[in-house]
Amino acid sequence: MKAIIGRFGLLALACVVALSATAGCERKPAAGGANPTTGDIPVGFYGSLTGESASFGISAREGTELAVDEVNAAGGVLGGRKLKLIVEDDQSKTDEASSAVTKMITQDKVVTVLGEVSSSRSLAAAPVCQRFSVPMITPASTNDKITKVGDYIFRTCYTDSQQGRVLAEFAYNDLKARRAAILKDVGKDYSVGLTASIEENFKRLGGEVLPVVSYGSTDQDFRAILTQIREQKPDAIFATGYYPEAAIIVRQARELGITVPILGGDGWVGDSLQGGREALNNCFLSNHFATDDPDPTLKALGQKFVAAYKARFGKEPDAMAALSYDSVYVLADALNRAGSTDGTKLRDAIAATSIQGVTGKLAINETRNVDKPTVIQEVVYKDGAMKFVYKTTIKPN
Amino acid sequence: MSFRAKAAAAVITLILLVGLNYVFEGLGDFQIDPYYARIVSLIGISITLAVSLNLINGQTGQFSLGHAGFMAVGGYTATFFTVAWGASIAQAMGSTLMSPLGGSVVMVLSLAVGALSAAVAGLLVGIPSLRLKGDYLAIVTLGFGEIIRVVILNIPAVGGATGFTDAVPITNFFWIFAMAILTIVIVRNIRASTYGRALAAIREDEIAAEAMGVDTTRHKVLAFVVSSSLAGIAGALSGQLFATPLNPANLGFVKSIEVIIMIVLGGIGSITGAVLGAVVITALPEVLRDVDKQYPGLRMVVYALLLILMMIFRPQGLLGRRELSVDWLWKLTRRAPAATPGGGGNVDEQ
Amino acid sequence: MDTFLQQLINGLSLGAIYALIALGYTMVYGVLRLINFAHGDVYMLGAFAGFFIANAMHLDANPSILGAIVVTMGSMATCAAIGVLIERFAYRPVRHNSRLTSLITAIGVSLLLEYGGQVVFGAAPRFFPQMIRSETYSVGGVQITNQSLLIIVVSVVMMFGLEFIVHRTKIGTAMRATSHNLAVAKLMGINTDFIIAFTFALGSALAATAGVMVALSIPKIDPLMGLMTGLKAFVAAVLGGIGNIPGAMIGGMLIGLMETWIGATSYSTYRDAVAFGVLILILIVRPAGILGTASVEKV
Repeated sequence: MKAIIGRFGLLALACVVALSATAGCERKPAAGGANPTTGDIPVGFYGSLTGESASFGISAREGTELAVDEVNAAGGVLGGRKLKLIVEDDQSKTDEASSAVTKMITQDKVVTVLGEVSSSRSLAAAPVCQRFSVPMITPASTNDKITKVGDYIFRTCYTDSQQGRVLAEFAYNDLKARRAAILKDVGKDYSVGLTASIEENFKRLGGEVLPVVSYGSTDQDFRAILTQIREQKPDAIFATGYYPEAAIIVRQARELGITVPILGGDGWVGDSLQGGREALNNCFLSNHFATDDPDPTLKALGQKFVAAYKARFGKEPDAMAALSYDSVYVLADALNRAGSTDGTKLRDAIAATSIQGVTGKLAINETRNVDKPTVIQEVVYKDGAMKFVYKTTIKPN
Repeated sequence: MSFRAKAAAAVITLILLVGLNYVFEGLGDFQIDPYYARIVSLIGISITLAVSLNLINGQTGQFSLGHAGFMAVGGYTATFFTVAWGASIAQAMGSTLMSPLGGSVVMVLSLAVGALSAAVAGLLVGIPSLRLKGDYLAIVTLGFGEIIRVVILNIPAVGGATGFTDAVPITNFFWIFAMAILTIVIVRNIRASTYGRALAAIREDEIAAEAMGVDTTRHKVLAFVVSSSLAGIAGALSGQLFATPLNPANLGFVKSIEVIIMIVLGGIGSITGAVLGAVVITALPEVLRDVDKQYPGLRMVVYALLLILMMIFRPQGLLGRRELSVDWLWKLTRRAPAATPGGGGNVDEQ
Repeated sequence: MDTFLQQLINGLSLGAIYALIALGYTMVYGVLRLINFAHGDVYMLGAFAGFFIANAMHLDANPSILGAIVVTMGSMATCAAIGVLIERFAYRPVRHNSRLTSLITAIGVSLLLEYGGQVVFGAAPRFFPQMIRSETYSVGGVQITNQSLLIIVVSVVMMFGLEFIVHRTKIGTAMRATSHNLAVAKLMGINTDFIIAFTFALGSALAATAGVMVALSIPKIDPLMGLMTGLKAFVAAVLGGIGNIPGAMIGGMLIGLMETWIGATSYSTYRDAVAFGVLILILIVRPAGILGTASVEKV
């Protein structure tokens, strides 16, 4: 056996030599697909329709579908052409996200890719869009790195750093908190990014941040970490995870006698946050839109969207649905301005976007992100129902 | 085969791989549809994973549920190696990571790093658990995979929950299939050696094997270490494939189960069976994309049912320990269909 | 001191959850020598069964103890039936094959329940109705909820009940005989098929109880909830000595305390790894577990 492996080693060496001529990665640019000037325009959507974060993917798809149907019902784009939504499931896996996007681009010839919610999957698939020169608009991935992948990658929501700043400022200025504790879900990039930004901004404002406590995505019992936090007597607690855990964290915190305000990001927006019940009082979250926004335009848009969504899907839209809904309008507007489905022209049109969306003013800046104000809402649980009450709007700096 | 014949076969394979590499990677004028190229690449990595797992689960009869854990160890160390030192190594040779020479040398080094680190992990896990009998190995390897996942999540330098997105895409068709072939050759040769016979003896009856003088722990650990280091190679390839960053969420229990489904489907103990299983299980989701969209989640239910039904009606897998060969297929077509199950098996170790 | 006592209580409440699940694990293993991977998923089904029964009874609006008992009973009956079905159609056909075959079958059943659950119930988490009004008792700065107390009490009662069934009843004797040697037990006139089915029914009913109890205290339920909790409960059973009923209790409590202790340090993020680290340690130091006795393999 040894001899055979030895000989094989020799051959392996030969491989390396032979490969000297081949292993390069300098590819030819992808052949530009034909851009038919008539017929439906294929638009790709990829999301986690199954797997661990299925609830977000499903919300995002519903928001996207709602907007696509609205656009088509209103006469389509480019003088009457309809958007044809091609939906692919990535099973909440990064590898699948790349495969799905490759498939949509090379097989379905989509002109733009919409998605993903999760930053890790957006980051996996973004290089594919960049390589094939197909614009990608992520409606809800907040990781700062995504739009840095290349000039075809856009984002229509705020970034981790912006949301963290807003939450820190609200806690410091409005709630007068000086000592804050942060709970981080180490298994969710969203939570990790938000935590870093809150920590940095709260310290910048002059507040004190207790050592960050982390938990794993499958944890159900937060009493141990909350007891430890209770002993350090913070004025405010940030729970940066998603809503299912947030509901449990809030409950267990109140059970342990922690009465200070608990704050969360847009990941808190979801129907089952209700599971937190009475414990949800004195909790605040940052959101993309509020149906009771004092700004009349935003209020009208928000209420119209919520009504349409409820009528179609029979439930309250969450943040992912609202953001995905807006991303379609960004695309429709850009298509009209580009006057063509060509990738480069479309890219330039998206880069010049400035429209009013449900989630605020969507003006793409030179880093291919948007600067839009963030709404802070208070959670009110009364008589067996949860409500988000508008508190304030914090403008981007 | 004589050495001369083997060398000739190797050279022919090499030329073939180099040629296909041009087509698959789009280095020349013609490129295969990138979507199909990607699926083929993923299949190649799956083959390495399945064939290597078969050494421990099929040949030795031990049950590892942590193959993804070893893949993660190898993948992360190899990718980290390339990210940290790849560019400077290539530069020292007067080349770059994206040029043929630099890319190849760094790839070979990173594969070696991946294999070595996964082998060490295999040794650490194998020694305590392989002394024990029964199902403990399954649980310990599962637990090990979980520990690895939690540890990776807590290392920001490799991306934590976001995944290792800093990876340099130096993996290509050539390396994926060179490694798949290497894995097949290694596992085949071990199986045909005295080690392989000892492993088979352990599988059939551990006590009897021990009574016959087989150092069971040593052999089990050896098989385990080889198997994990090959999984590490698969990890190194996968982590550096274009747009496929390693992510702890993909390298958990479910991934290990997926590899097990591959070998259970193909045949527990059969190399060609494992290859077949890897091809089917990797390609099936792509083939079934449209069905999947209509019935989201149903595919995993079908896999689960398949697993149970296979265990009830054909616990040895489709091929069992039989190898698929031209010879065997030829005999199959000549004989009456009734003779299929036991018919003219090209028994292993031939 | 407050904090220490509070953490002790936290640890015991968490440990009681693991103990409840571990009891079922250990019993099935004790009789069949099969790691019933699907046990954690039966626990999940128990929680879902409870969820649907409780909602059908509109318990959320008017919580009552009687209602909670009805829900638990209903869930136990549902899961006992599921347990028997799993045994009859998945495990029995492979019982005489190698242990590897049984193990893969068990994994298959586990996957089937998890992903089947995702298809049937949807992947989004749901929140269990409040069957018993939540109350927090406060003693000298230490808080405990009535639900946590209930879990601890139920797990202790279940442990003694199980001990009684296994050691003091006729069917328990038959179970032990089956565990000792299936073939000989059969020769002695024991209907081993029935005994094994009964074991599964009992184990699944235990899992259902755990599902409902845990859902009362931590109301988030989803189809994958049984995976990690089930595995940790298995580790608890191994730690206590697999096949040993008081051992499962001790193991569960120890894992709960250890996780709480780690959670209280700056290594809280490694909490999920604790159980498995412990497992590897036990296997090196004392493979039979705390209360288990090492068995000698005969040829």
